[in-house]
Amino acid sequence: MSGSYYFVIVGHQDNPIFEMDFLPTSKNNDPKRDDHRHLNQFIAHAALDLVDEQMWASSNMYLKTVDKFNEWFVSAFVTAGRMRFIMLHDVKNEDGIKNFFQDMYETYIKFSMNPFYKFNGLIKSTAFEKKAQFCGKRYLNV
Amino acid sequence: MARQAARGPDPRKVSNELFTLTYGAMVAQLVKDYEHDDEVNKQLDKMGYNIGVRLIEDFLARSGVGRCNDLRETADVISRVAFKMFLGITPVVTNWSPAGDEFSLLLENNPLTEFVELPDGHSQLNYSNILCGALRGALEMVQLDVTVWFVQDQLKGDSISEIRLKFNKRLEDAVPAGED
Repeated sequence: MSGSYYFVIVGHQDNPIFEMDFLPTSKNNDPKRDDHRHLNQFIAHAALDLVDEQMWASSNMYLKTVDKFNEWFVSAFVTAGRMRFIMLHDVKNEDGIKNFFQDMYETYIKFSMNPFYKFNGLIKSTAFEKKAQFCGKRYLNV
Repeated sequence: MARQAARGPDPRKVSNELFTLTYGAMVAQLVKDYEHDDEVNKQLDKMGYNIGVRLIEDFLARSGVGRCNDLRETADVISRVAFKMFLGITPVVTNWSPAGDEFSLLLENNPLTEFVELPDGHSQLNYSNILCGALRGALEMVQLDVTVWFVQDQLKGDSISEIRLKFNKRLEDAVPAGED
C-alpha cells in the first residue's frame, strides 16, 4: 500500500532548497499533479510554524507528525544546523520516513561539505537528486 | 619547563577535516575572485610555489634524508617520505619515460578533495594545483628545475588523480654579477 510523498528541505529564510515528489505509478492524473504542487508547497509552508514550535520542545531531530491537512500528514525532521526537512504524506509510515530522513540527512551533510556549495542556497546537484530518489524507492514505496 | 615537555600530541597537527575545509574555502574564494579557471590555476600554482620553497627546509630538517643520486631516488623520497609526512598519503610512482626524466605520481585518495564536487562551468579548474606548485618550489630549492602538471583528476571524472613531473635541468648557483 504505497502513498504519494512530497519532500522539501527548507532553509533559514523559509526558502525551499530542495523539493522532490514521490508518486506511485498507479496515479496517472497529470493535470491534478500540477495543482498538487502548489498545494504541497502551501501545506508545507503552513506547517513550518508548528515545526518551529516543536523543535525547541523536543530534543530529538525527528519530530514525527506535526500537522494534518485534510488527508495529508506532515512529518518533520530538524537538523543540527536548523535546516528543516518536511515530508507530506497521505499514509502513515513512521519508520520508513524516519529512515528516509536519516539517509537524506547524511547525504545533505556530505553535500554541504563541498566548498562550492553556498549554504542556504538551492541544491542543484544531479547526484543529490539521484540519491534522494534511491532513498525514496528504498524506504517509502516499500 | 617540565610541563611543556609533557605536551602529548604534536601541536602543529590539525584535524584532517579542518585542513580540507580550509583549503576548500580558499579555492572557492579564488574562484569567486578570478573569473577564469586558468587564472585560478595560475594562482594556485603560485601559492604552491611559495609554500614549496619554505616547506623543503622543514622537510629536510624533519626527515633527515641525505642527497639523492638520481631522479628515481628523488621520486621515491617524494612519494614515500614527503607526501606521507605532509598529507599522510603515499602516491605510487609509475609511468617512467624511456629517457628516465619523467614520471607520474598516482594519488588514489587526495585529502584535499574530500567531499568536493566541481561546480558546473568550472571544468578546467585544477583543484589541487597547489600540489604542483609546491613540488616545483621545493625541488627548485634543491637545484632541480622541474615542470609539474596534472594529467588526470578524479574531480573531473577520471578514475585516479595523476601528477606528472618532468625534470628539465640542474640549476647551478649563479655567481652574482660583479663578483669574481
